[in-house]
Amino acid sequence: MKEIKAEKITEEVRRLCIEAACILPEDVEKLVRDSKGKEESEFGCYSLEKVIENIDLAKKDMVPMCQDTGIVVVYVEIGEEVKILNSKLNDAINEGVRQGYVDHPLRKSVVTDPVFDRKNTGDNTPAIIYTEVVPGDKLRIQILPKGAGSENMGALKMLKPADGVEGVKEFVINAVVQAGGNPCPPVIVGVGIGGTMDKATMLAKKALSRHVGERHPDPRYKELEEEILEKINRSGVGPQGLGGRVTALEVRIETFPTHIATLPVAVNLNCHAARHKEIIL
Amino acid sequence: MSDIRNIKVPLTAEDAKGLKAGERVTISGVIYTARDAAHAKLLNALNNGESLPLEIEGGVIYYVGPCPAKKGQVIGSCGPTTSYRMDSFAPTLIEKGLKGMIGKGPRDEKVINAMKENNAVYFAAIGGAAALIANSVKKAEVIAYPELGTEAVRRLEVEDFPCIVAIDSEGNNLYESGVEKYRQL
Repeated sequence: MKEIKAEKITEEVRRLCIEAACILPEDVEKLVRDSKGKEESEFGCYSLEKVIENIDLAKKDMVPMCQDTGIVVVYVEIGEEVKILNSKLNDAINEGVRQGYVDHPLRKSVVTDPVFDRKNTGDNTPAIIYTEVVPGDKLRIQILPKGAGSENMGALKMLKPADGVEGVKEFVINAVVQAGGNPCPPVIVGVGIGGTMDKATMLAKKALSRHVGERHPDPRYKELEEEILEKINRSGVGPQGLGGRVTALEVRIETFPTHIATLPVAVNLNCHAARHKEIIL
Repeated sequence: MSDIRNIKVPLTAEDAKGLKAGERVTISGVIYTARDAAHAKLLNALNNGESLPLEIEGGVIYYVGPCPAKKGQVIGSCGPTTSYRMDSFAPTLIEKGLKGMIGKGPRDEKVINAMKENNAVYFAAIGGAAALIANSVKKAEVIAYPELGTEAVRRLEVEDFPCIVAIDSEGNNLYESGVEKYRQL
């Protein structure tokens, strides 16, 4: 058994939360910088320029690039041979989130009860934690602080198998175009296809944590990613939704086997500030 | 690109009428922050016949929930939040004298009609430029609903806050015309 202290997990989650809010992953930063060269609209270019300036400033001053520092989604892969000491895994993670958001000037955006109370929890907990048990003696923690402007534009549709690839394209493209300027385009489009309704939405979100340039291993889906991206970028939505070419930066499809009677498709959007960080202990 | 015009707020009806969709501006003067929870409280106050905690006549409301200020900062990162969530509240405030709103993303027909009838204007700030925008804020003070934390109503003194006129007082809408111009589907 490999033993990992809960305090170590807390310390790392705290650090990941702060860094994710202030420093964009290099591959995403490059993607945003490169997108400016593809934009034709004047205001689109101007706003991308400001977004790039903002990325630089946030990193230099270690301040959040966006005021919406998100609700923290955490993906944990825990090896079968790992034992956590001194606390429970989820408690250690939530303590890390609490410390990160309280110690650094990050916004606390989580409310207790969704309908009646909506009282701020004051420390951005609880995180949304997905744990998977895997072979081995490693603990992998990936965090994805998710802003609500783009989250609110997510969509799910239970297509009929007969709707096929055309149905998938139409649904995904419409979801992005209808979202317009709301999710802070240019966006990264996470698409989950297959499984059940919950599985499809989880795949769509998981896609947002993929590295830039990582394509679906099946060439048919890889082509579909490219085709959907190209069509989205002909929609005219553009940066900030005020018209232009660069509406999306990437389309990322994740798939899973599904039932004979269904074809679930989920879309989860992320703004250009596609923040994520990970550590392997 | 068109010249950038600096405008002073609060706005008169004449000022608002002079702003055209697609025009880039920088805003200087006093604005107020309010988003979801604060709007519910503002409307509730009006329904109960109470006065509003902000100067609504000619006023400009910025849809934002800022980050806490870091030591030495006036305010933390403070980019615009998505405006449509305030659509059900905005017409009432516009009828009470609100002349400007700053946010991001399109507005619904009722808001645009209220803007046309009352000479109000909607500005888009750059979503995601939150650290930069914080530098435009020279003074910040919570003036109502402190219990709402980031959602409290703040009085901000801003200087050269960069925006674009997204929807003007005639209903010209850059979210439609801008997208139409580049649409190839």
